[in-house]
Amino acid sequence: MSSSWLTTRAWLLMLPLLAVMVGVIGWPLAETVRLSFTDAKLVGTGGDYVGLANYSKMLTGSAFQKTLWATLWFALASVAIEMVVGVLAALLLNEKFYGRTILRALMILPWALPTVVNATLWRLIYNPEYGAMNAALTQIGLIDAYRSWLGEPGSAMWAIILADVWKNFPLVTLIALAALQAVPRDTIAASLVDGAGPFRRFRYVTLPHLAGPLMVALVLRTIEAFKVFDIIWIMTRGGPANTTRTLSILVYQEGFSFQRAGSGASLALIVTLMVSLLALAYGGLLRKTAGRMD
Amino acid sequence: MERQSLFAKVMLHLAALLLAAVILTPILWLFVMSISPAADLSAKPLNWWPSAVDLSRYVTLLSRVENSAGAAVTSSLANSLIVAGMATLAAIVVAVPAGWAVSRTPSVGWSLNAVIATYMLPPVALAVPLYMGLARLGMLNSVFSLALVYLTILAPFTTWLMKSGFDGIPKEIEAAAMIDGANLWQTLRIVTLPLALPTIATAVLFAFLLAWDEFFYALLFTSDLRAKTLTVAIADIAGGRVSDYGMIATAGVIAALPPMLLGLLMQRALISGLTSGGVKG
Repeated sequence: MSSSWLTTRAWLLMLPLLAVMVGVIGWPLAETVRLSFTDAKLVGTGGDYVGLANYSKMLTGSAFQKTLWATLWFALASVAIEMVVGVLAALLLNEKFYGRTILRALMILPWALPTVVNATLWRLIYNPEYGAMNAALTQIGLIDAYRSWLGEPGSAMWAIILADVWKNFPLVTLIALAALQAVPRDTIAASLVDGAGPFRRFRYVTLPHLAGPLMVALVLRTIEAFKVFDIIWIMTRGGPANTTRTLSILVYQEGFSFQRAGSGASLALIVTLMVSLLALAYGGLLRKTAGRMD
Repeated sequence: MERQSLFAKVMLHLAALLLAAVILTPILWLFVMSISPAADLSAKPLNWWPSAVDLSRYVTLLSRVENSAGAAVTSSLANSLIVAGMATLAAIVVAVPAGWAVSRTPSVGWSLNAVIATYMLPPVALAVPLYMGLARLGMLNSVFSLALVYLTILAPFTTWLMKSGFDGIPKEIEAAAMIDGANLWQTLRIVTLPLALPTIATAVLFAFLLAWDEFFYALLFTSDLRAKTLTVAIADIAGGRVSDYGMIATAGVIAALPPMLLGLLMQRALISGLTSGGVKG
C-alpha cells in the first residue's frame, strides 16, 4: 500500500470527527470572531461593523480589570491548594495502614460528584441562617455569631475556593498516587542504604517520578480554573459586589444577560487568548521539566 | 522497608482518619439533609442526627404529578439520560475510527493535536453563535441539539483516549491478520476492536460522566421540561424560593447517585483513563 493511500484512508476515517469539529467548534469560533467586530445583539438581525470598538470598550472597562484579578485569584489559590493537599494525600495513601484500600476507593467520590451538586451542597453548608458551617463553628466555639459566608465580600471567594478544592484535590491525589506506585522499589531501597532521610528521599527519589504527571495535572486544572463558571454561578452568581465575578461570568452577563452579542464575543476571545497564552507558557515549562528530571 | 515506630503508626492512622473525614463529611451531610425532617434542619443548635428518617422528599421528587417539583426532577432525569446517552454514543462513533487512524498514521497526528487544543476554548467563546444558530434553526430547547453541542466537549477527549488505547495494541497483530487474508474491515472487527474494548469502555464512562456533569450549555440552550437536564433542574430548585433545604439536598442526592456508583464500581477504568496521559507521558 502506498503511503499516499494510507494518508487518504486516515483522513477518510477522521472525516466524521472533523465534520463534527468544524460544525460545532470551527464555525461558532469563526462566527464569534466576526461578531466581535460588530454591534450585533443576541436576538434580532443586523449588527454593523464597528472595528475594534468592542475590544477597546471591554479592555478599558472598569469591570474587566477587577474580573481578571478575581479570576487569577480563584485559579491560583484553588489550584495551588489542590496540588499541595492532593500530593500530601497521595503520599499518605502510599503508606501502609488499616483501611487503605477503602480510603483509596473513597477518593473517587468528590471527583464523581457533579459540579452543580457540589456547588449546591456547599451553598447549603454556608447558609447564613441554618448552614452546617455556622452551626459547627459556633458549637466548637470558633465564632460567636452566625455569618453570611457567601454574602460578605471578604469571605465569599475563599468559601468558593474551599468548595472547589474539596471536589478537585482528589483528582491530583489519584494522579500522584498512580505515579508514586510506579516508583521502583529498588530505587527507594538504594536511597535508604545510602542513608537518605525522608525529605531528601522525597526530593531526589520520589519527586522526579511525580514531576511529569503533576505538571499535566497542573496544566489541566489551571485551564479549568481559568474558565470557571458553574460553581460560581450556583454559589454566588459573581456577587457580593462582584467580588467573585470571573471572566466567564462576565462574558455570560455581557452576551446573554445584557444580550450584547458583539461585545460579549470580543470579551470571550480575549479570555480565549489568555487561556492559550497560559497553555503555551505551561507547554514550555512542561518540556523544561521533562528535560531536567530525566 | 523501614520499620515504623509506634508513634509514626499512630500518626499515620490519625492522618488517614482525618482524610476520610474530610472526604466523607460533606457527602454524608448531603444525605442526612435529604432524610431529616424539615424542623431538624432549621433547629438551633442544628440537629446533626435526624430525629426521624423522613423519606417523603424522595417520594415527592420521584413522582410524576404535573407541575410539581417531582415532574421537574423526573423529566430532567430522563432528559439527562437521553442527552448523555446520545452524546456518548455519537462521541464514540466519531472517536473510534479517528483514534485508530491517528494511531496508525502518524503523518496525520497534527490534526488530533488541533482537535485537543480546542480543550482550551472556554465554552463562552462558542456559546453566542451556537445560541444564535440554534435559535435561527428553531432548534433551541431540544435534547438532540444539546447532545450535538456536547460533542464539543466529549469528542476531543474520547478521540485522545481511543488513540492512546490503539497505541497499546501492536500493529503486528493487525499485519498478521492481513497476511492471513483478512481485509481491513475484517481485521478491525475481529482483531483490533475486541482488543480495544477496555479503552472503549473507559471512553464511554468518561463521556457519560462529562455529559451528566455539564451545566453551562444546558443552562443556555434549554428552557422547559422538554429538554432541561438534571443539573439545570437542581440550579432551578436551589435558586427558587424553597423553604425546605432538604428538598435541594434530595435533588442533589438523586443527581449524584448514578455518577458516584459508576465511579466506585468502575474505579479501575476511571483511574487508568485519568492517568493514561499523565503517567505514561
